[in-house]
Amino acid sequence: MAEEIYQLSATEISSRLAAGKLTSRAVVEALIVRYHQLNKKIGAFTSLDEKDVLAQADASDARRKAGKVLSPLDGIPVAIKENIAVKGQPLTCSSKMLANLVSPYDAHVVEALKSAGAIIYGRLNMDEFAMGSSTENSAIQKTFNPWDLACIPGGSSGGSAASLASGLVPLALGSDTGGSIRQPASHCGIVGMKPTYGLVSRFGLVAFASSLDQIGPMARTIADCELLLKVLATPDARDMTCFDSTQRSQLPVATEKSLRIGIPKGLLGKGVGAEVAAATQAAIDFYKSKGATIVEVDLPSSELAVPTYYVVATAEASSNLARYDGVRYGHRSANAKTPIEMMTNSRSEGFGPEVKRRILLGTFVLSAGYADAYYVRALRARSKIRAEHLAALEKVDMILSPTVPTPAFKVGEKVSDPLQLYLEDIFTIPANLAGLPALSVPCGKSGHLPVGFHLVGAPLSESKLFAAAQLFESAHSFANQQPTL
Amino acid sequence: MSNEWEIVIGLEVHVQLHTRAKVFASASWGFGKEPNEQVDPVVLGLPGTLPVVNREAVEKSILFGLVVDAEIPEQCAWDRKNYFYPDNPKNYQLTQKDFPVTMGGKVEIELPGAARNIMGEHKWIRIHHAHLEEDVGKLSHSGSGSLVDYNRAGVPLLEIVTEPDLRSAAEASAFLNALVVKLTQAGVADCDMEKGQLRCDANVSVRRMGDTQLGTRTETKNLNSISGVRDCIIYESRRQIAQIEAGHKITQETRGWNAEMSRGYVLRDKEDAHDYRYFPDPDIPTLKISRETVNRLKKHVPEAPFDRQRRYIEKLNLPYTAASVLIADKALADWFETAVAAHPTNAAGIANWAANDLLRELSAQSGTEVGSDETPAVKISLDSCLIKPAQLAGLVKLTDEGVISKQQAKEVFTEMFSTGKDALAIVEAKGLRQNSDTGELEKIVAEVIADPAVAKSIAEYRAGNEKAINALKGPIMKRTQGKANPVMIDQLLRKLLG
Repeated sequence: MAEEIYQLSATEISSRLAAGKLTSRAVVEALIVRYHQLNKKIGAFTSLDEKDVLAQADASDARRKAGKVLSPLDGIPVAIKENIAVKGQPLTCSSKMLANLVSPYDAHVVEALKSAGAIIYGRLNMDEFAMGSSTENSAIQKTFNPWDLACIPGGSSGGSAASLASGLVPLALGSDTGGSIRQPASHCGIVGMKPTYGLVSRFGLVAFASSLDQIGPMARTIADCELLLKVLATPDARDMTCFDSTQRSQLPVATEKSLRIGIPKGLLGKGVGAEVAAATQAAIDFYKSKGATIVEVDLPSSELAVPTYYVVATAEASSNLARYDGVRYGHRSANAKTPIEMMTNSRSEGFGPEVKRRILLGTFVLSAGYADAYYVRALRARSKIRAEHLAALEKVDMILSPTVPTPAFKVGEKVSDPLQLYLEDIFTIPANLAGLPALSVPCGKSGHLPVGFHLVGAPLSESKLFAAAQLFESAHSFANQQPTL
Repeated sequence: MSNEWEIVIGLEVHVQLHTRAKVFASASWGFGKEPNEQVDPVVLGLPGTLPVVNREAVEKSILFGLVVDAEIPEQCAWDRKNYFYPDNPKNYQLTQKDFPVTMGGKVEIELPGAARNIMGEHKWIRIHHAHLEEDVGKLSHSGSGSLVDYNRAGVPLLEIVTEPDLRSAAEASAFLNALVVKLTQAGVADCDMEKGQLRCDANVSVRRMGDTQLGTRTETKNLNSISGVRDCIIYESRRQIAQIEAGHKITQETRGWNAEMSRGYVLRDKEDAHDYRYFPDPDIPTLKISRETVNRLKKHVPEAPFDRQRRYIEKLNLPYTAASVLIADKALADWFETAVAAHPTNAAGIANWAANDLLRELSAQSGTEVGSDETPAVKISLDSCLIKPAQLAGLVKLTDEGVISKQQAKEVFTEMFSTGKDALAIVEAKGLRQNSDTGELEKIVAEVIADPAVAKSIAEYRAGNEKAINALKGPIMKRTQGKANPVMIDQLLRKLLG
């Protein structure tokens, strides 16, 4: 049992706060000490306003004293990825383009956390505009894997995963467009969920690819992850793609029959590392031993997932990122004679190479003469992938796979090979294309590096996924595991 | 030349809808605010903001569709039109490319008649579709740099696209006039062109009379007055005809219009056409339009102006001119009908007052010129009008019954307009009532006849000189201080003189 405050799960902190054994100030003070010890080494946080978080902690303790506790999260720190708006705080998206932008408003999820009494605790590094799988594309700083500082933490929510793994914070928000929550969760040995598309409002999440983006909870335990999601997943009229309360009430009916788990045909074949395959197989065997029925499912269009994703996501990104032109906010070029020149130069100077690569790709696939061959075909492939998944999920409760084919790689190893890097997301992308909930659960090691397995469920089946993951977590010692730092 | 060539015109009319909030944001909009006062994070396209469709704007668009007999589809959707320009906060515009809010429709127009009081030819112009999009901001250049105002950005803009059914500048003007009347009468839009609430792109081509193939067209952008549209079409059709007659081909191009110089100019040709990279907006799900909504909005469709014109002329026996003036302003026409309900026997008499005297006084009060080209819908306000419909009906009734003369009625009307008093009260207060009391008048007439001073005139009358009777009327009027009803005097004299 972890004894240091920084090692405690949010659930444990919550019960100790409730029992009067701990104060929010004590938690925050301990985390600030930890921050000073480790953040330079890990590079997870981009900023932390110590005075502000202590004031929030004091306010929470005062509420508790007055018997006005707002929720189980009251007084518990939650760190926020750099692409989620917090009023009065920078919203850089780890880009030079938005280096000086201060958000004038709160994202829906931040409002929700504030009304639950949670402490909005510091900002987390990411790949620029959430484009990347290693957090190496941040224009602010590098983030390192707490299990091996020579390795990447994954991305784009690398700061979120690394902060949790190194005990800098008990809960964090990430965002996931093609695996940006689950891949770093797997690489850092923590839990990360991408909810059903529409479950969590995107209002205040800086858009990368609007039809794929979801904000999600990241934590060290399944229970913590579920606790955080409960606060985030509320209706919001400011996001038209966010479910209203009627849609939310149409939850899948819980069944009495035993768990049925689908395994994609040819799953552990090419490209999956031996130790990753072994850990995944062990998880499958565990569920079998618990009475689950293991069924092979055929998802032939999954092969199209990565190319489909890189067409759809870049097309949307090319349009979403068009607004960064230096006219209203953000980086403005000093070398320009005309407004159009100013816009062009601001963009050339403000964006990093990966963002530029994706904007160019997205612009190309939407161009007259090419849109039918790329964008329109990708939409067709997307429908097929979604249909195949929904059909499979009528036969099984969830689909299990590794989260990432291989463990975290060395910093700098794949910088010059974007195509290789794009394959990191091969198992995570289909859930985004199909809008399905998906969860990464720690399940072992590859050498000294953590690996996770991946569960994908039918729309709005989050609680089913959490329940299955809890079964695994309770029987193993991977939860809340922490590296020696 | 005009007999040899046929001009073919299609219009794209951009109308700012009458709504409280912007089309995808809660920021309000309106005229006369400081630059960038009417913005919010969504309007400015701040990172993380998302559009939310304003239902009021959608309903106004549907109402427009119902007003022009369009088909209202089961659903509509928005697309992104991508292009970089500083007045465009997101560098894409939300518009409807494939699933517009209304499909088809038609607008009845009236061409100028042979004279002002003669009805011109009526014609139907088909609408292809109308789509709901967002307006952009305004960029202005000063010596030291460029300035941009986003107050206009995100204002709901309904783009109404016609079929190429118009055949002359006059038809285009008539169409725009008819459209403005329909839009304002249904409360869809205010169409104040001076405030840029209605802008127009004109697609013009020419062909030899009898040709069935359309000629190559040009599109002139951003015409902001009806006279501008008319002048541009005249200019552009002449230019194209001259080109063809000189043996040149027409280039498909986008053109601008310099209103001060009354000249068009090339903006860009087909090769330079933008690639807008349209794709469905992922932030706005396809919007279902329920039949309940459509049926509810149907109740707000006012009577079509030309249906009303026909009804006034055929059923109420109004002269064409008065009918046409009244139908141009729904409030005035409604006002008129309320008055007619109070005095149904003389609709033409009421129309005469409403379309002439009342309108003239109201226009003088508001300082607008009646029926000028740029204000096809006469901009008067009946809210501040002190005369109520029933009161005007009362005035007409008093003249019809001979209580006051037509000349006196003018005097009474002027006072009614400035005080809001009932006609009868004014007549009484001013002592204008014509004396129609037969008994009293008969006594006076008898006394005058008995006066020896008029014996000569009586004798002449009885001898057959009809005009001699008039000499008796003066003294009677004098005795009644001019209040006697002249018709009654005449009748009484004839009766008493046998």
